[in-house]
Amino acid sequence: MVVSSAAEAITYPAVGAELDIEGVSHAFDIDGAVLPVLDNVSLTIAPGEFVALLGPSGCGKSTLLRLVAGLEKPRTGTLREDEVRIAGPHPSRVVVFQDPTLFPWRSVWDNVALGLEAQGILKAQRHRVDDVIELVGLSSFRNAYPHQLSGGMAQRVALARALVNDPKILVLDEPLGKLDSLTRIAMQSELVALWQRKGFTTLLVTHDVEEALVLANRVIVLSDRPARIKADIAVARPYPRHRGDPYLADLRKQILGLLGLEATW
Amino acid sequence: MSTYSVSDASAAAAPRAAVTLSNLSGSYGVGLAASLAWLAFGLSCLYWPDVGDWSRTGSLGIGAIVIAAFILFGTFSADYLGGAGGALRKRAPWLLAFGAFVTLWELATAKFAWLPLPFFPPPQAILEVYTDDLPKLLDSVFASIKLQLGGYIIGATIGFLTGVSIGWSQKVGYWVHPVLRFIGPLPATAWLPIAFFTFPSSWSASTFLIALATGFPVTVLTWSGVASVSNAYYDVARTLGAKPSFLVLKVAIPAALPHVFVGLFMGLGSSFAVLVVAEMIGVKAGLGWYLQWAQGWAAYANMYAALIVMSLLCSGAITLLFRTRDRLLVWQKGVVKW
Ligand SMILES: Nc1ncnc2c1ncn2[C@@H]1O[C@H](COP(=O)(O)OP(=O)(O)O)[C@@H](O)[C@H]1O
Ligand SMILES: [Mg+2]
Repeated sequence: MVVSSAAEAITYPAVGAELDIEGVSHAFDIDGAVLPVLDNVSLTIAPGEFVALLGPSGCGKSTLLRLVAGLEKPRTGTLREDEVRIAGPHPSRVVVFQDPTLFPWRSVWDNVALGLEAQGILKAQRHRVDDVIELVGLSSFRNAYPHQLSGGMAQRVALARALVNDPKILVLDEPLGKLDSLTRIAMQSELVALWQRKGFTTLLVTHDVEEALVLANRVIVLSDRPARIKADIAVARPYPRHRGDPYLADLRKQILGLLGLEATW
Repeated sequence: MSTYSVSDASAAAAPRAAVTLSNLSGSYGVGLAASLAWLAFGLSCLYWPDVGDWSRTGSLGIGAIVIAAFILFGTFSADYLGGAGGALRKRAPWLLAFGAFVTLWELATAKFAWLPLPFFPPPQAILEVYTDDLPKLLDSVFASIKLQLGGYIIGATIGFLTGVSIGWSQKVGYWVHPVLRFIGPLPATAWLPIAFFTFPSSWSASTFLIALATGFPVTVLTWSGVASVSNAYYDVARTLGAKPSFLVLKVAIPAALPHVFVGLFMGLGSSFAVLVVAEMIGVKAGLGWYLQWAQGWAAYANMYAALIVMSLLCSGAITLLFRTRDRLLVWQKGVVKW
């Protein structure tokens, strides 16, 4: 088990919330059998920290994110946001799913406005929608419908729809997984820039080790299902990071080893 | 949306059809032929004597010749008529076919009686109905529209609300679903005898039956539409702070709307059937009743005249619904063109 302390030397803006995952286990009932998915996961994420979760497919990463979002309750253990127990979804914790899940009957603008509308504060805050659409560079598509967007644009709309709520914790479930590599790299830098500017706490699930290393302060490696924390690795490197950085290459090798993939290195 | 898979086929076929049509009418040939067909119709009205006693033969003949002149004029000046010219060109083959058809019809009935009278009245007899029996026909049209509209709106509203409720709430579903399964598949017309003596008036009975015929398909399709909304949409909305009312009104209903419209189309079709039967049997007004009345007097021309009006009304109603759908569902990629 490789546990190094998180990069505590770095200070974060105060916008982000602390996320505290304490002894969380979860399971699903499938055809009468119990399928354990999370096994005693404990993790504390400091306000404003960028944490990446890496793990084999089907190990329970998305399940953990659903628990953080409050979409499901853990069988045991507790999750807390700034010391307050998470009991249900709240717009201070917003999820961007792997599939952009835009509402096809809403224009780009209306999709982004969804959160403010649902909270009943859209009338007074319309400029926030315009601002965030501008931020993700889609101003000229504000009236387009989702079927008129490319995959990358749709994912940017999904990101804007999350950001407009000024979340304290941004939860990202393989948000760039389906994009082509060029769009992906471009969006990775956009994401880092946004995070640095806004200062929210970020929890990112990815299956791409390099992505995790380029983006995160900390990389958590999970085991096979049921997921346990296998390693907690600090990535003490300033931004913007370079993909060819030998320090990152070292970490990459180490992480691939943890995932049982040394052979591919 | 699997429901609209037809649209892909029609969209692919449309450009090809347009090309051949424009080739056909690119020359003035078809327009000229259409004009000649209508001229032939007019002359056939005027040249031979009628085998029966019809008062509008002369005006029909002259009208046909006027139409022929219009087609001729339109054909040669289509380039200067803008949209109307283009529309005429596109329809020239149909004008030709229709002109030929009415000519044949005229000859086969009024002139040489190849078809047995009075079962096959000539065009002038139908024209006569429209000119001489207009007030009664219009009364019937209004009565039908009133009855149909009332029943349809009630049925669609109740069906929609029921569908949303059972799609959303398991408790409502528990109670309503068995009732729906038991009553729904029964043709609404089967209720006719009971409805006509349990309701205070035949009008309210018919409204109920039309509402019933509309309500069942609307309920079932709204229900399946709401039930098939992907959970991912609810998850997104909930993490963004949506309350249950928002989930119903802004997620479930818009997502289900394409299904709802399929239900509305089906409901419209089955409610037409109920309307006509109800008017024939119970209500002493409306086009169904007009048909019945015409049959009683062996007034076959009146029957054909009423049928034509009825068909125009039904087609108009469907068109209206399609327009509404297209407006509300602009976000859909491809939709069936009516
Ligand atoms: N709602 C559910 N019901 C039953 N099983 C589920 C459910 N959601 C996820 N699972 C199972 O839990 C395991 C972990 O899923 P998930 O968290 O989505 O994995 P991943 O790490 O790939 O995101 C999988 O085996 C999946 O089949
Ligand atoms: Mg997943």
